[in-house]
Amino acid sequence: MRLASPVKPSSAKTEQIILFRVSGQLFAVSSASVQEVRSADSMSGAATQISAPGLRKVRHVVRRGDRSLFIVNGAMHFGLHAAEGALLFVLRKTRTALLIDGIEKMTAMTRLQALPLSFCHEERQWYRGLTALEQTVVPVVRPEGFLSPEELALLDAALSQSDKTASEDLEETNSAQ
Amino acid sequence: MTVSTELELQSFVLLRLGERRFAISANQIAELVAPSRIFRFPHRTPKLEGVILRRGRIVPVCDISEMLLGKRLTSRRFYLIAVRSYGTQKEWIAVPVTGECELIKSEMMAAAESDAPHVAGWLSHGGDVIEVLNLDTLTPGAEHALAEAAPPRRAEALP
Repeated sequence: MRLASPVKPSSAKTEQIILFRVSGQLFAVSSASVQEVRSADSMSGAATQISAPGLRKVRHVVRRGDRSLFIVNGAMHFGLHAAEGALLFVLRKTRTALLIDGIEKMTAMTRLQALPLSFCHEERQWYRGLTALEQTVVPVVRPEGFLSPEELALLDAALSQSDKTASEDLEETNSAQ
Repeated sequence: MTVSTELELQSFVLLRLGERRFAISANQIAELVAPSRIFRFPHRTPKLEGVILRRGRIVPVCDISEMLLGKRLTSRRFYLIAVRSYGTQKEWIAVPVTGECELIKSEMMAAAESDAPHVAGWLSHGGDVIEVLNLDTLTPGAEHALAEAAPPRRAEALP
């Protein structure tokens, strides 16, 4: 008689995530996607104002060498009640710094369920999927979903326009002197 | 009843929305469950309220009463969990209903061209003529998003 081989305990794959709040709403992001966590105040000195038509969620940009990081207001992105963001997530492999209320905790998720197909609008870009944690369901954000290529093009155009205006102003000042 | 007519009988689940009854083909129904906590998160798909957790699955909740009755349900007693097709894929969707559901066998009359898109057919039961619903047209999916995408809009996200 052949005995059934003992079942090995399976080590479920887990992913480290950060739970954070925007306007009181809970979200999750993969820890691997977050390059830096900064207080909003610490960035305010380095940030300059930017205004792209029809894109109210981005009001500031931070220059880092050749790179520009656009500060996306999380509440405005998700259409939630406006809130003063206290923290910034600089998201890896993107040009986004996400303004959030605060970090809830770090944890691990074992299962990411695809967003049900009934959700068929912009949320499909916003979220990688949903995860069930301690009897609650949390959307897991997609770092590259905060700024679409079209929005980035708009912001780049606004940025180059503001650079041009600044350099013209400088020239005028110099010639006046 | 002859064998030939018996073969034409199909199973339907009768559901109640407010004062009206509707039917859905029984092979589209997974189960009837008591209302549980709805988890809400920002999204921009109309008619979706959020999701419920059911046996480890995350199931979207879609209130179809506004489309059928012109108003939202004030009370809901159960969620009818139906199977919705998205092309070749099938997923569960929870539809809030106001009363108990009933499984019946009946013959369905095909919908006419003049019927609304959500009408899959008609059946006669207990002296009433009842609409058989086509959930694919009543609940959101990619095909609706494409249709709605024509005029660009910037609606506030649904909480």
